[in-house]
Amino acid sequence: MSDPTIHDPAFNFAYLDEQTKRMIRRSILKAVAIPGYQVPFASREMPLPYGWGTGGLQLTCALIGLDDVLKVIDQGADDTTNAVNIRRFIARTTGVQTTTQTTEATLIQTRHRIPETPLKAGQILVFQVPQPEPMFRLEPRETERRRMHAMADYGLMQVRLYEDIARHGRVATTYDYPVMVEDRYLMSPSPIPKFDVPKLDQSPALMLFGAGREKRIHALPPFTRVEPLDFDDYPFERQRWDSACALCGSRESFLDEMIMDDAGARQFICSDTDWCGAQ
Amino acid sequence: MSDLDPPLLRATGLTVRYGDRYGCQDVSLTLWPGEVLAVVGESGSGKTTLLRVLAGRITPQAGTLHYRDAANHEYDVFALPDAARRRLERTEWAFVHQNPRDGLRMAVSAGANTGERLMANGVRHWGSIRASTRQWMERVELETARIDESPATFSGGMQQRLQIARNLISGPRLALLDEPTSALDVSVQARLLDLLRGLTRSLGLATVIVTHDLAVARLLAQRMMVMKDGKVVETGLTDQVLDDPHHPYTQLLVASVPQG
Repeated sequence: MSDPTIHDPAFNFAYLDEQTKRMIRRSILKAVAIPGYQVPFASREMPLPYGWGTGGLQLTCALIGLDDVLKVIDQGADDTTNAVNIRRFIARTTGVQTTTQTTEATLIQTRHRIPETPLKAGQILVFQVPQPEPMFRLEPRETERRRMHAMADYGLMQVRLYEDIARHGRVATTYDYPVMVEDRYLMSPSPIPKFDVPKLDQSPALMLFGAGREKRIHALPPFTRVEPLDFDDYPFERQRWDSACALCGSRESFLDEMIMDDAGARQFICSDTDWCGAQ
Repeated sequence: MSDLDPPLLRATGLTVRYGDRYGCQDVSLTLWPGEVLAVVGESGSGKTTLLRVLAGRITPQAGTLHYRDAANHEYDVFALPDAARRRLERTEWAFVHQNPRDGLRMAVSAGANTGERLMANGVRHWGSIRASTRQWMERVELETARIDESPATFSGGMQQRLQIARNLISGPRLALLDEPTSALDVSVQARLLDLLRGLTRSLGLATVIVTHDLAVARLLAQRMMVMKDGKVVETGLTDQVLDDPHHPYTQLLVASVPQG
């Protein structure tokens, strides 16, 4: 755990003003009350570009308290530009402790991964979401998509999976895999790999999803049933790798393929840096 | 069809106004299971408006519409909640658009188009969806080898047959056809009509077919309705109306068909 940075008094605690935080918390409460439902909220301009995590950052700022311990990851790593900058931003505007260890953190903001270390009750995982609407590419009309959600009319999503199997012999979607929440709402889990989807089901931690540009928040309260869409004869499958992590030898984690030199030598290493270091 | 069967569809006094013009005015009709009714009239006479009302897509300013489902339960269509109406739309009703592009999803393959209703109705076995899709493509005389091709690569007539397969796969009991043959050339029209006649007979499908082509009405329909300016001017058995038209407009319509 790092030493707490001093809170820069030029900023309100956690950057956002208190009324904005209240507004976001109200949307979060509604999202938690209706798992998988996309709640609109008055997304603010943040001091970073859309697509870099403005939605996730607003959730984190609305939730964080003085006794929180924050971890920020980007594609599983604590030390990439996006993660470092968001961590430093929140540390400077709040003065809370930060960490890279999943077990120590109370609040984790993530882009595109769920940590390998199983989450515990009491932890909150905040996802950065580029596109909260799973049927965005299938049905261009927002009004019609809302109606489809209202009536749980999700045949169209199944059509997409059907096309995948017809074309590739399997469901070729490997990230942002569509899931059904408690048999009611179709939800986009943000671009996490298919590998992470089973971790959403019955998770003891609270999971919140924020889309800044799209101005939507959705949530999975602890112990929510989350099922990936599939066909009976083409069931959902987790990715597998033939090799173990080249650094820690783990066979259970999500591996990234790295090109090592100009000759094109490749290595597979853990995407979760905290997990890799702990092995 | 027997007198003992209760009607499938009962419409009374359907009236749709567009501003101060009438789309259709005080139209009543009853349709029994397995019956084919043709609605004829010139362009702008309110045929398509009527069909869209019957499909529950336009709510009329006046009139009632009752539909009896497979479980013999009668619904007031315009009083139904949206969810229940949608369920009927994707299980019991078929709607074939004049332009197949309006009724197809051009971005997905022919197979996905045909199988969509099954998936929307909760079928979750890919192999069985695939099998019924092939079966229906064969039934409408499409090459099953083209199952994974985009409908954009299909000819107009093939697209229209695909649209028919896509609608009939869920085993509907009521088909609403909006000038299904008018965009096709004569030889393709003839084959499609032949196909439609076969399908409506073998499936016992109650059908309302909108057309401006009296030959289509004569070939397919047992009864017909002639519309002019949104009003029904004449109804009766098809042969009766065509051979002995009473209303001056119907007489004009029948006389204007080139006799060969």
